[in-house]
Amino acid sequence: MPQNDDDIITKLVVISSDSVLPIDAAMKVYESETSIVIKETCFGTMVTGPREAVNRVVEELVDLDRNHIFVKERGFPPGDERRCRASRGGGPRPGFHYLREEVRTLPMIGRALDDYDKKVPLKEVAHKKKLDVKKLAEIIESA
Amino acid sequence: MVKVIIYPTNSLILSDLVERFGHTPLAMMEKIKEKISTVGVDSPPLNITPEEPKMGLKYAAVEVPAGVRGRMAIVGPMIDEAEAGIIVNESPMAFGCMGCARTNELTKFLIRDRDIPVLEVDYPEDEDEAREFVYKIAEFLGSLSKDEKEGQE
Repeated sequence: MPQNDDDIITKLVVISSDSVLPIDAAMKVYESETSIVIKETCFGTMVTGPREAVNRVVEELVDLDRNHIFVKERGFPPGDERRCRASRGGGPRPGFHYLREEVRTLPMIGRALDDYDKKVPLKEVAHKKKLDVKKLAEIIESA
Repeated sequence: MVKVIIYPTNSLILSDLVERFGHTPLAMMEKIKEKISTVGVDSPPLNITPEEPKMGLKYAAVEVPAGVRGRMAIVGPMIDEAEAGIIVNESPMAFGCMGCARTNELTKFLIRDRDIPVLEVDYPEDEDEAREFVYKIAEFLGSLSKDEKEGQE
């Protein structure tokens, strides 16, 4: 591993695919023979290492199922004491709830990306409107 | 390649979409990485030094709580650096997990206040909204690339 900490990055690879499992992604990283560290998680993998190597490996991972694998950078490396549950006495790590909420939306986003690639025309969407104050007053008065 | 600030600032979906369509996302994670890899800021669980609320004075008045100013010390420079912005409204995660509603309000205000192209969309709740969400973001990011090419010519 290089000595310069600036070059070390961590990326979260979140897999929301029907055809790719986290283990497939992990195997792909092992095959790449690059000096990086990976951690398998329930949502995908975390990849840590020199920026160039991580970007290359992540690109390969995303190519497994382009529209259903999502990536973001992570501030803390895996196992960092400030985030790792092992040293914090259990419970979800900070940021987990946020990620879980987004992971629930990913299948929809993936299908939307598929449609965008296929150039499926956009349908007019009727947005829910907030309740008008006058309408609310009418409801209260009618009760 | 345009630097696009995203709100919510740590969103996986937005960060991924911006990068997927060929731009650079300005997200909280990279700034946190810079912060925690700085020697001297290593006392768990604190990542913020007493300097941050002072830096935040550029973005929020002194009466504003130190927590808002501390957060703005990280978010503010990202807004200054941005060349475009994407704001997702009504995001359920922006309440709670992102910490501070007042910081979020200020962040959105400062992004809108800058003279940069900004896209505002609502967080998708169903398939149709998700499609609209992705299409709008893709088209917005595509238009940034066109503007950039025209600017270079």
